[in-house]
Formats: sequence, C-alpha cells, structure tokens
Amino acid sequence: MPVNAEIEGRTYPATPPYTVSRAKIAEFAAAVGASDAAHTDPKVAQERGYADVIAPPTFAVLIAQQAEAAVMVDPEAGIDFSMLVHGEENFTHHRPLVAGDEVTAATTVSKVRAAGGHSMVTMSTEIHTTAGELVTTAGSVVVIRGGGA
Amino acid sequence: MSEVQAGQSIGELSVPVDRARLVRYAGASGDFNPIHWDDRFATSVGLPDVIAHGMWTMGAAAELVARWIGDAGRITSYGVRFSKPLPVPYEGGATLTVTGEVKSVDGDTATIAITATNGEESVLTRALATVRL
Repeated sequence: MPVNAEIEGRTYPATPPYTVSRAKIAEFAAAVGASDAAHTDPKVAQERGYADVIAPPTFAVLIAQQAEAAVMVDPEAGIDFSMLVHGEENFTHHRPLVAGDEVTAATTVSKVRAAGGHSMVTMSTEIHTTAGELVTTAGSVVVIRGGGA
Repeated sequence: MSEVQAGQSIGELSVPVDRARLVRYAGASGDFNPIHWDDRFATSVGLPDVIAHGMWTMGAAAELVARWIGDAGRITSYGVRFSKPLPVPYEGGATLTVTGEVKSVDGDTATIAITATNGEESVLTRALATVRL
C-alpha cells in the first residue's frame, strides 16, 4: 500500500516536554563511543562556554524519533512500520543540546514520493526549548519497502 | 585551527562493534527494533544477520570529527545516507572503519567528507559534517 501523499506538508503535534539529562547524555555518549569530556564533565563543558554537559551530535535522534512516531502511527499516513528502512538522517545544530534543556519536537512531512515500488517519506523535525529557542533541526528520509503505487 | 586546508586528512578510526554494543545502543537510544539484537527475527525478515542501528554507525563515525576538532559542540551540521546494512555476527562482531577529509573551508567553517566502511563496503555515503573552526 502506498503512503498517502496527502500527508505531505502536514505538521504533527509537538511531543510533550522532554528534559535532557546528564545521565542520558553520558549513556548515549558511551554507546556511540563519543569520548569528548564535555559529554560527561560539567566543568569541562562550562570552561568551553556551555551551560552544562553537551549532547553528542546525533543524540537529538532520540527526541526527533519521538516526534516522528506521530507520523508513523497516523492511520491516514498508511505507513507499514514493519517495512520501514532508515534511508538518510541529518542534523543542523544552532547550538549543542545541553543537560537541563527542556525541549519539545514537532515533525513536518516535507515530501512523500513513490519510487521503484517503494515509498519515500522525507521528514523535518524542529526541536525547540520550551522557552521557544530553536536548538536543532533533524531531517530524515525513511523508505517503506513495497509501499509504492 | 588556522592551518586547515581542503584535501587534508582528519585521520582514521577503527571501531569494533559486537552484539553487546548494539544492546547498549538500543537502551541508550530507545530503538529496540529486534533486527538489531535478535538473529531469528533479523533473518526471518530477509536480513543476512543482526545489523547495527544505522544511527549507531552515524554516531560512531562522528567521533573521528569530534576528536579532530577537539570539541563535539563545534559540529554544527551532520548528515548521512545509509547505503548498506552493517551485519554484526555473533562470533567476533564487525569493525567499522572511519576516515575523513576536509572538503572545503569557508571562513571559520569547514566541511568534512566522511567515509565509513565495513571491509570493502561503504555503509554510509554522502556523509558530511560542518564544523566551526
């Protein structure tokens, strides 16, 4: 079943506030082998001018994917999650996420297209602090195998 | 870092990855898709073996850039295409090899082109990071 092209341009509701913690940053940094001391030592991070320990460059995915889930489960979108393959990912950081940031994320479907018997869905997720500062924009492309017309 | 020039290598990094590493990443990221830790499930959906999370690979590759620039917070953008799965066999795991080269310099910003390979196979393509020098 093809993904419904009518979801193109739709922005889904923002996630509930998520508070970035030192513990989660440390756990994520260890998992990807991110060795910068600024991920784990608040003193090092503050000496560099950051408010607290900084998140590794791809940490934002765990926030972005919470927002993208709204698209995945939208019955109108018609996405077969079991056939989903992650095609591309990108991040634009206006500043690093830091421990203590309280953020929400909202996903916009920028493009839906069918190619070679598959559907490709391009999404853009903006991560704002609850005070309204845009911190990171995360882009992703997912391919739904067999989801072409 | 005023000496940075296009064409310059930023070095190489070898990252071993085994099942325990994938379980750890699943927990850290919240991505518990069983294709990343369950052989039977992975092969039942047509994969050759358990495969690494693409986002683990992307995160592990960023480490080379972060080490080179000396501050992970100076990575202002980072994007990749997931070109091939990275199978992680039960015995011995796999090794991700990461290299990078300065592609261009514009004022205080440099663009780094990254390669990430498993043996001869590129697992990431169009992998580019922008850093503040």
